[in-house]
Amino acid sequence: MAGTAVLGRLTWRVSTVTSVRDETATARTIALNVPGWPGHRAGQHVDVRLTAADGYSAERSYSIASAPGGDEIELTVQRLADGEVSPYLAQVLAAGDLLELRGPIGGWFVWEPAPAPVLLIAGGSGVVPLMAMIRTRVAAGTGAPFRLVYSVRGPDDALYAAELAERQGADNGLHVAYVYTRSTPPGWPEPPRRIGAAALTTAGWTPDRSPAVFVCGPTGFVETAANLLVSAGHDPRMIKTERFGPSGGQS
Amino acid sequence: MSTHLDGNMLGGALGELFTVDITAATGRCAFCGTVSAIAQTHVYTDAPGVVARCPGCSGVMLRLARGPGRAWLDLSGITCLQLALPNGP
Repeated sequence: MAGTAVLGRLTWRVSTVTSVRDETATARTIALNVPGWPGHRAGQHVDVRLTAADGYSAERSYSIASAPGGDEIELTVQRLADGEVSPYLAQVLAAGDLLELRGPIGGWFVWEPAPAPVLLIAGGSGVVPLMAMIRTRVAAGTGAPFRLVYSVRGPDDALYAAELAERQGADNGLHVAYVYTRSTPPGWPEPPRRIGAAALTTAGWTPDRSPAVFVCGPTGFVETAANLLVSAGHDPRMIKTERFGPSGGQS
Repeated sequence: MSTHLDGNMLGGALGELFTVDITAATGRCAFCGTVSAIAQTHVYTDAPGVVARCPGCSGVMLRLARGPGRAWLDLSGITCLQLALPNGP
């Protein structure tokens, strides 16, 4: 039950960057060693604080991408062109650097390992906390069938594409479907489109399976997907959502 | 009205004040009676503090402002919070 109970108030910790790796042209995964990390649950996030020499500081929230494991956590940061924090994290930060953070944070947008089917719906970098759930799934050994519907602008924007393809073959019970909104891979059977009822019906679980549903993405995406799910007959109480955006969110 | 985020993002700031996770608690809106997880509230950050509004009626349920060595928390829009206690009976 590591990390299920935060017994004290959250305080800032200093972590050390152990490695960085590019996921796409604009997103990078940062691996951190956090001494005394209490563990986390899939779906939780951390707050990162950058402080300038003159004392000015900025905080942002970033989802944890990795499954729980010791003092190591991974964040995946999407660089926003006009961002205040993300360009530093996604371009400048290097192995050996120190990074101030607090967490794990959040007890609601969390997958508690259970046998029930799980439907994950991601818009862009909203896939990050859902990836933590996918990575936790095998270790948890519940056999819960997972379906991920992942909306991205184009094939080059998809985070974790190689790992998801591999896991779809190797992790029994994981199914991944992409929705391309601006450009498709060669030979894709349909033109680019936004997520719609059809994508959720064919690639997701039907309401009669009572899946636990997690939706994460920009606000507009989350509202659209949640409305589609409720219209399709999913119980609103089974739908958990997390929105991010440029103001105070994941920028 | 500006684009909102949601109450998931309040976890860090509220975690500075409380030892249990408030975002997973449910709160009853003082204006319309809707019960929702604090994580589900609609959060606006373009103010001196953050403002969390009821997803049902947009009433202001929570306001949190932070200053040097000080915090202001207004919960007058929540009539009752229900919290899960991890180690309780």
